[in-house]
Amino acid sequence: MGKKILIADDEPNIVVSLEFLMRQKGYEVKVATNGEDALQAVGEFAPDLILLDVMMPRLSGYDVCQKVRENPAWAGIRIIMLSAKGRDVEVNKGLAVGADAYVTKPFSTKDLIEQVARMLGD
Amino acid sequence: MSGKSRFALALALAWGCVLLALAGTVLLVGADLDAAERDQAVAILRDRAAHVVVAALLLLVPLYFAVRVLFRRYVSAPRRLAEDARVMLTANPAHRAALAGSAETRRLAAAFNAFATAHAELTRDVAARVHEANARIEEERNRLAALMSELAQSVVVCNSEGRILLYNARAMQLLRKPIAGDAAAAKAHAVIGLGRSIFAVFDRNLIIHALENIRDRMTGEAHGPVASFVTTAPAGQLVRVQIAPVLGAEAGKATAADEDAQRAPEGITGFVMLLDNITRRIETGSRRDSLLQTLTQGTRASLASVRAAVETIASFPEMDNAARSRFIGIIGEEATRMSAGLDRAASDFADSLRTEWPLEDIRGADLITAARRRIESRLGLPTKIEDVAESLWMKVDSYSLMQGITYIVSRLMEEFGIREVRFSLAAVGQLAHLDLIWTGAPLGTETTMAWQTDSLELGGEASPITLKQIMERHNAEIWYQIHKQSQREYFRIAMPLTRPEESPTSVATTAESRPEFYDFDLFHQPGQTPEQDGRTLASLSYTVFDTETTGLQPSAGDEIVSVGAVRIVNGRLLEHEVFEQLVDPKRAMSPEAGRITGLDAAMLENQPTIDRVLPAFKQFCEDTVLVAHNAAFDMRFLRLKEQATGVRFTQPVLDTLLLSAVIHPDLESHSLEAIAERMGVSPMGRHTALGDAIMTGEVFLRMIPLLAEQGIRTLGEAREASQATYFARIEY
Repeated sequence: MGKKILIADDEPNIVVSLEFLMRQKGYEVKVATNGEDALQAVGEFAPDLILLDVMMPRLSGYDVCQKVRENPAWAGIRIIMLSAKGRDVEVNKGLAVGADAYVTKPFSTKDLIEQVARMLGD
Repeated sequence: MSGKSRFALALALAWGCVLLALAGTVLLVGADLDAAERDQAVAILRDRAAHVVVAALLLLVPLYFAVRVLFRRYVSAPRRLAEDARVMLTANPAHRAALAGSAETRRLAAAFNAFATAHAELTRDVAARVHEANARIEEERNRLAALMSELAQSVVVCNSEGRILLYNARAMQLLRKPIAGDAAAAKAHAVIGLGRSIFAVFDRNLIIHALENIRDRMTGEAHGPVASFVTTAPAGQLVRVQIAPVLGAEAGKATAADEDAQRAPEGITGFVMLLDNITRRIETGSRRDSLLQTLTQGTRASLASVRAAVETIASFPEMDNAARSRFIGIIGEEATRMSAGLDRAASDFADSLRTEWPLEDIRGADLITAARRRIESRLGLPTKIEDVAESLWMKVDSYSLMQGITYIVSRLMEEFGIREVRFSLAAVGQLAHLDLIWTGAPLGTETTMAWQTDSLELGGEASPITLKQIMERHNAEIWYQIHKQSQREYFRIAMPLTRPEESPTSVATTAESRPEFYDFDLFHQPGQTPEQDGRTLASLSYTVFDTETTGLQPSAGDEIVSVGAVRIVNGRLLEHEVFEQLVDPKRAMSPEAGRITGLDAAMLENQPTIDRVLPAFKQFCEDTVLVAHNAAFDMRFLRLKEQATGVRFTQPVLDTLLLSAVIHPDLESHSLEAIAERMGVSPMGRHTALGDAIMTGEVFLRMIPLLAEQGIRTLGEAREASQATYFARIEY
């Protein structure tokens, strides 16, 4: 195990649950509460997967995703977008800018955990 | 040749023939005589030559009478007949030819008379039909004008060149334009008017494009295609325009001018535009949209937190108390946040949430007046007013609301025998409280409940709607209450207050002014050509204007303080199409001018300056001939501003002072007052720019026929005649 997950979301109440659940599953977890911090954490922390919220201050999830995909060194990072924006156009955009999955809030934590596990190849 | 000389000639000819015949007889007889007898006869005749001459002359007398009889019968009679015929044909259809002359001529005259009678009858018949048709058209026009002025929509009708033929008051109100910059102080000026181009209001290409679309579809399908587009009105509102074509009788006949795309496509002689102000609808739409966004996104985020927390607790029952209470805290917090969000959305977007029944803005006081009138006339019950707050506006469907109120009162009357009902209206926060008050036995809750859900029944007529539905339609609630201290009972209707968007009543109500909004004769208006000089005065469009100034010396720095103008189109003064604007002169008024105009510094202070007003005025008088009294004075002020404002007035100018001098060269006074009195124009609003302009306009209209009597019919002739008068040589 020992896979690393970056949780980027500005809503502390969802972060608490996600952080708790991911730690329970044995992942190493880091939290960023805005887009810029998230991007910085990608460099320093080198996560295997990012749970990325779309609506964040300073830099949106779309922008973070695009910047991550621009850097070939980070090509292996899996990205799951979490968003309260559930319209088709937004899902489309998320996948287009390079997310591996787009999950609309509210979601089932069980499904999310399974999806994370699948993506990390466990 | 005249009758007399012809008669003389005929007489001479007849005499000559007789003399010739006699001379021939004499020669024949003479040839038969022998020489001695001939000598003897010659001698006899020579001695009596005088007798021969006298006999020849005497012969003239019977000949004269004989020729005269014949001449009368065969020459004079047909001549007179011809003249009679000409009179019948041209001057007097009732004239009939005299039956004179030979029998043939008399028969001919009788035939002429029969023809004349038949012709007169035919003419009378045609005239009657024309009159009848005109009356019908006039009636239809008035009906149309009346209908249009009552329409809640704005309507503009244009000919193929985009010139406005017809519009209603709503359209004029919608298409107003504030003077650039000073929106607060300046009045908005109507940019539409009869004979004006609609392309000054809307982009020409938009309209042409729409018409071309229509034409393309016309070739495909048979019935009435309509095109629409959304654009911006001069004052910035969003307007949805629907265009329907007016098809000419000779649809399909190509005209050469179509090619330049300046006019409507061929076959379309004009178009009708329905304008809808959709600004508010769009606003409501976008509010609704943002409400949906707020509700979905905000709720999704909170729900996600709640769900994740709940699921976490559920999947880890062994978690410690600190962790558990943290998750429970999150659930509580998010639930509270969602409730608050919903409350906020519901209150912020309350008016966007329901599909609106078409409601009209109405002033509360007017609503109550209408209700009282209805109750008094329908039910014969006296009504009174307690407190009615003025200037409260609400959105109502007045027909159903009236029905509802009348229904309650009728049941109160029938079942509880009330003798009087009183009204009160008050604003409470964002709501209007409309109370129907009476005194008497208290009503039971069940009664009032039933009244709300029963179908309305009024005067034996059942209506499918219920009081409850009416209230829902108005976003209103109704309930019954008793005021214990005063023993008063009342039904209270609470409904949302609104701000009036605009008050259309101010324009549309003057019935007698309706006809000014249409002028179908403009259908036959010649195109916009510089050949104005050749056009008759009666057919031109004019802007009659007047300015008031700080003093009489433009070169000494006196300035314009107000401009007023009115339009004349097709010989009618359009009192609704006026321009009136005060101007900040940026200098003091002379005391004299202040006294005459009644204007003072305070009134002019926040008005726009001349460089803002002149462009608007120029737009107002575009494509028209300018008319002013003592025009040279006003024009001098305008000319002095040319450099500063960049606005030039290049159109022809007529001066009523000069025209008055043309009409009455011998009279001394040509002041506006004096002319107005002579022409029977009553003075009004003197020494306001608009008042003087209207008066000048009326005077000018009465001058046109007087000028025509002097042979001055066209603009060119009027200008030449003006120049020739003595007054024209006075230079300002």
